[in-house]
Amino acid sequence: MDNLQELLHGFTIAVTVPHLVLMVVGVLLGILVGVLPGLGAPNGVSLLLPLTFGMQPVSAIILLSSMYWGALFGGSVTSILFNIPGEPSSVATTFDGYPMARDGRPTTALATAFGSAAFGALVGVILITFLASWVAQAALAFGPAEYFAVYFLAFASFVGMGGAAPIKTVVALALGFAIAAIGIDTVSGSVRLTMGVDELVKGVSFVVAVMGLFGIGELLVAVEEEFHARAVSSKIDWREVFRAVGRLPRHGVALLRSAAIGCWMGITPGGPTAASFMSYGIARRFSRRGRHFGTGEVEGIVSPETADHAAGTSALLPMLSLGIPGSATAAVMMGGLMIWGLNPGPMLFVDQKDFVWGLIASMYVGNIVAVALVLLTVPVFAALMRIPFVVIAPLIVIICVVGAYSVSNSYLDVVMMLGFGVVGYLFKKLFYPLAPLVLAIVIGDKAEDAFRQSMLISKGSLGIFFANKLVTCLIVGGIALLLLPLLLQLPRLWRKPASPATDAPVQERAII
Amino acid sequence: MGRTSTFLLSAAAAVLAGTMPALAAWQPQKPIEFVATAGPGGGTDNLARAVQNIITKHKLIEQPIVVVNKGGGSGAEGYVYGKASAGDPYKVIFGTSNAWQQPLVSKVAFNYTDLTPIAAMAQDEFLLWVKQDSPYKTAGDYLKAAASGEFKMGGAQSKDTDEVLTRMIEKVGKVKLTYIPFKSGAETAVQLAGGHLDSHVNNPSESLGQWRGGTQRPLCVFSPKRLPQGPKVTATEGWGDVPTCVEQGLDIKQYEQPRTVWLPGKVTPEQAAFYVDLMKKVQATPEWKDYIEKTSQVDTFLTGAELEKFIKQDLEHIKQVAGEQGWLVK
Repeated sequence: MDNLQELLHGFTIAVTVPHLVLMVVGVLLGILVGVLPGLGAPNGVSLLLPLTFGMQPVSAIILLSSMYWGALFGGSVTSILFNIPGEPSSVATTFDGYPMARDGRPTTALATAFGSAAFGALVGVILITFLASWVAQAALAFGPAEYFAVYFLAFASFVGMGGAAPIKTVVALALGFAIAAIGIDTVSGSVRLTMGVDELVKGVSFVVAVMGLFGIGELLVAVEEEFHARAVSSKIDWREVFRAVGRLPRHGVALLRSAAIGCWMGITPGGPTAASFMSYGIARRFSRRGRHFGTGEVEGIVSPETADHAAGTSALLPMLSLGIPGSATAAVMMGGLMIWGLNPGPMLFVDQKDFVWGLIASMYVGNIVAVALVLLTVPVFAALMRIPFVVIAPLIVIICVVGAYSVSNSYLDVVMMLGFGVVGYLFKKLFYPLAPLVLAIVIGDKAEDAFRQSMLISKGSLGIFFANKLVTCLIVGGIALLLLPLLLQLPRLWRKPASPATDAPVQERAII
Repeated sequence: MGRTSTFLLSAAAAVLAGTMPALAAWQPQKPIEFVATAGPGGGTDNLARAVQNIITKHKLIEQPIVVVNKGGGSGAEGYVYGKASAGDPYKVIFGTSNAWQQPLVSKVAFNYTDLTPIAAMAQDEFLLWVKQDSPYKTAGDYLKAAASGEFKMGGAQSKDTDEVLTRMIEKVGKVKLTYIPFKSGAETAVQLAGGHLDSHVNNPSESLGQWRGGTQRPLCVFSPKRLPQGPKVTATEGWGDVPTCVEQGLDIKQYEQPRTVWLPGKVTPEQAAFYVDLMKKVQATPEWKDYIEKTSQVDTFLTGAELEKFIKQDLEHIKQVAGEQGWLVK
C-alpha cells in the first residue's frame, strides 16, 4: 500500500488554501472555454500556460488540470443544449442528450451527464492511483500494429453495434477516411487531396466538421420540420438536479461497463473519443431499452459521458509515465512540464514524487470541485432552453461561424463549416449515421498511419497483425464485430415468419 | 505603478534609441502575433512561448504578444500564412530548417524566399539512440549488426530532418535501414522503449526522460565535439559523456537543426532590424540561458549574411541527399 501513503502525502500538498483557490479558478475558466465553442480545452490551456511559468510546477499543473476538468464538463453543456459538441469526445453525448433537452428535460440531461462524468473520472483516478506502474508497462506493448488493431476495433464496433444499416455505416466511415486524408501524409510526407487549395495543406479541422454537421445540419432540419417558433417550457427545479443524480445508481451496470471501457481506451491509445463512441454503441446493443436510444434515453447519456471522462482522466497516465500525450490538451500540458523543467517519463514517478502525487490528489479534489460547480450552474444553463427558436437559431449560426473562424482565423474554414452543414442535413434526411463519419475524421488518419507503419515494419506482410496474443485478440475481436450484422441476418432468414423484433435481442446476446 | 514603470522603461528606451538612431526607426504600434509552425507542446511552440514570456517579463516591447499555433501540414500551414501576410511586420514566424527543406521535397505553396529571415536562435543536436538492453556499446557495433539489413529506424515525419540523417547514416555506414515515420519524436521514443524499433535519432530533449528512466541510451552525438558537460542525466552519465559519432567510426561530423525566426516577405529593413535587435536582447537574459539548459539545446545566434550562408550550405546538402533518394519535387 505504498501508493496509498504517497496519495495521502499528495493530499497534504493539494488540499491547501492557495491550491483550492487555483482549482476553483481553473474549473471556472475551464467551464467558460468549454461552453464557448471553438475555444475548447487545448486552446484554453495553452492561453493560460504562459501565466504558469513563474509558478511552482505543482501549482501550475493543478491550475491547468482543473481547467481541463472544467472544460470537459463545459463541453457537454453545448452538446446537450444546442447539439454542438465542443470536443470530439462529447459528440456521442449529443445523441440522447440533445433529444432529452429538446423534450423539455434539460435539467435532467445536464445533471445526468455531470453525475456520470464525475463517476467516470473518479474510476479513472482510482485506476491511476493503484495501477500506475503496471499501466505504464502495459502501454509500452503497443506498437504500430497494436495501435491499428485498437482503431480497427473501434471502427468495427460501429459497424457491428451501431444502430444504422451496416452498409450505411461503412459508407459514412469511408467518407470520413477520405476527409481525414486531406493534408500532409505522415508516412510519405506528400500533400494529398488539397485539390489546388493551398490552405487545405493543414487538413480539415474536427471543430469545423462537427460544427457544420451537428450545429448547422440540425438547424436546417429543424427549420424544415418545425417552422413555427418553439421554446421549451422547462421548469427549472433545483430538486430535479439532485433527483437525476440520485437516479444514477439504477444504471449501475451501464456506469461500471462504461467506466471500464473508458479506462481501457484511455490507457491503450484509443483515447476518449473512441471510448465514448464505443461505450454508446455497446450500451445501445445491451440495454433493454436499446431501441429507444437516440430519443433521449438516460443510459444514452450515462454511457458516453462516463467513458469519456474515465478515458480522459486515465489518459494523463501515459503522459506522465511515458511522455505520450493521450489528447491534445495533454500535449499542451506536456509542453508545460518541459518548460517548468520536468521531464515526463518513467523517472518522473521516482524523481518528482511531490509533483506526481500532488497532481493525482488534486484530480480527486479538482473533480469534486468541478462537479459541485457545474451542478450549481445547471439551472442557469437549462434556462437557456427557454429562449424561443427564432432567437436561438441565429445565435447558433453565429456561434458556429465564430467557432469555425477562430480555429485558425481562416475564412475557408467558415465556408467548409457551412458545406459540412449541408452534408449533415443530407445525412439526416437519408438516414445515414453521422457518428461513424465523425469518428473516421478524428482517428482515420491515425489508423492509416498505424497501418502503413506496420506494413513498413513487416515489409508488407499482414502476418504482423497476428504476431502476438495482444494484437491477435484485438484483430479477431474487430473482425467478429464486423461480421456480427451478417451473422444476425442468418437466423432471421431461416425463421422468416417469426417476429424478428422480439427475437433479435436474445440471439444477439447469445452470439456476443 | 505598472504605468509608471512602463513610462520609465519607454523613457529609457527613448534614451537608448537616441544613441542608436538606425534601430529606432521603427517601433511596433499594435499587438504582435507569434506564429508557431507546430502544434502546442512541441519544440517550436516551446521556443515561441519562451520568447514571448521573456519579452513580457523584461518589458522589451510595450505591445502585447499573442502566440498562435499553425502546425498543420508539418508546419506548412504557418509558413503559408507568413507568405500570405507579406508586408505585415506584426507577424513573427517561428520554425526550423523545415522552412527551406520542406519546399524541396513536397509540393507546398511557399518557399523560404517568401519570408524575411531574422535569426537562427538555438541549435538542436541529434544523437543515435538504442534500447537500453540492446547489446551494442558503440556506433561501430550498431553498424556491424545493422549490416543484416533488418534494422528499423524510427523518426518524426517523412523526408524531414530525421529521415535525411537516416539516409546519411546508410550511406556513410554502408548499411540499409527501414525508416518508419511517426508524428513526433516523443512518440518515436516510446516505440523504441517498447522494442518496436531498433534505433532513432532524437534530439536530447525528446529522449531525456527515457534515458533517465533507463529505457534507452545514446550511442553517439552527431556533432564535431562532445556536448557541454552540464548536470548528470543518469546516475553516472551526462550529455558530455556521450562520444561523438566520428570518434566511433560513423563519419558524420555535424548534423543539427536550427530553430529559426522569420518575418513575412516585403517588410522594410528597419522592421527586420528591430526584430533582430529584439531577439538579441532576449538571448542576453538569464531566462533564455535557463530555457536552453532545460531543453538541452545549444545556444547560437545567426543573422544576416551568416544566416544566409548557413541556409545555402544546408540547402545544398539536403538537395544532394534528396536528389539521391529521388524525393525532389519539380
